[in-house]
Amino acid sequence: MGMPITVEVVDASATQSLLDSVFDHFQYVDNTFSTYKEESEISRLNRGELPLDDASENMKAIFALAERTRLETDGYFDILNDGKYDPSGVVKGWAIGNAADILRDGGVSDFYVEAGGDIQASGLNAEAQPWRVGIRNPFDPAQIVKVLSLTDCAVATSGTYIRGPHIYNPRDPVDPLDEVVSTTVIGADICDADRFATAAFAMGRRGIFFIESLPGFEGYVIDRYQRATLTTGFERYLLHDPVHR
Amino acid sequence: MSGNQSRSYAGPLRTVKKLFLSGIVIVAFACFVAYERLVRPDSVPAQAAPTAFIPATVAPFASSGGSFLPPASSQPTSTSGSSSQVHASSYKDGTYTGQPVDAYYGLVQVQVTVHGGSIQDVQFLQYPSDRRTSQRINSIAMPYLQQEALQAQSAQVDIISGATLTSEGFQMSLQSALQGARN
Repeated sequence: MGMPITVEVVDASATQSLLDSVFDHFQYVDNTFSTYKEESEISRLNRGELPLDDASENMKAIFALAERTRLETDGYFDILNDGKYDPSGVVKGWAIGNAADILRDGGVSDFYVEAGGDIQASGLNAEAQPWRVGIRNPFDPAQIVKVLSLTDCAVATSGTYIRGPHIYNPRDPVDPLDEVVSTTVIGADICDADRFATAAFAMGRRGIFFIESLPGFEGYVIDRYQRATLTTGFERYLLHDPVHR
Repeated sequence: MSGNQSRSYAGPLRTVKKLFLSGIVIVAFACFVAYERLVRPDSVPAQAAPTAFIPATVAPFASSGGSFLPPASSQPTSTSGSSSQVHASSYKDGTYTGQPVDAYYGLVQVQVTVHGGSIQDVQFLQYPSDRRTSQRINSIAMPYLQQEALQAQSAQVDIISGATLTSEGFQMSLQSALQGARN
């Protein structure tokens, strides 16, 4: 999948070896689930060389999660596209969640893990404040359009600019999905935020109502006309006393 | 006596029979109610839409952020004399019909009546009522979702959610959309 990964840990007790194990996990995830790698487990599965029953426990877990998401989203999330499985829409959040678990098991509590624009934040930053997370302006990558204040919280953004085969409208595959350019979901768990952001993006303009209907999740959806729609509880995550640059 | 004897002998059995029959009646009634709900969901005519949908403050219409249901036109469909009162966020008197909006569970369309410069009434012309899921949704208030224009923020942040623009297809689509928006 080749996405950039950033990990920041505040705890002084963190060791290089702990950080290495986080990056090792992402490497494992890429080797296993990348549809761009010919020898990955998902590629072998897609070529029919590996039945799902014989696949690894993690592969089966991802498929089970994908199926659960498909049902929860009325079919708007579906890893099967054009006869091939592409679980990227759920793997990213799952991997970040695993990375956060590795860090917590390693005894750290103030950190964030970011991969491909999705973030799991835990505890406080180096200034002992909740983590300050910006939402990138999809129309100008040098700008941010919202500033969030998060602790023990996750944020996932799905967008046209990161659209791949894993984001399509399974209910209408020829839907160009060009009404909405960015869908951000905030929730306690990155795995949930990621899969719901993917599904909400596939729903186009209706995605924001789907997020609104989910207890414990808030959303911010930006459309092609540079207008944003917020769920009713979204503003509780905004930073209220920003330091300006 | 034989009557008492037979009663005391058959007592427990008769009670069981009574309970069993009562149970059947109750189950049958429950099935009937469930059947009625499934086959003939309550259909409420649009004019009788419950006003519970309307938030206590109609702030979404009054705020500068606007509402998710923009008026179809800025001209009222019927006019009355201009109000003699001055309101901080006044509207022109009249009746305004919003665009039907796909609210995931169905279409929502409202009509707003403004009198004396303020909103007097909000009617639902359309709301989702033709699916069982919609029936459940209708029993809770449907949200008005706030909209806003994007605003660049100058605050310092630790990390950013999102990704860089790399898709050519996106750029082309964006350009064509902005063309349409200018007309």
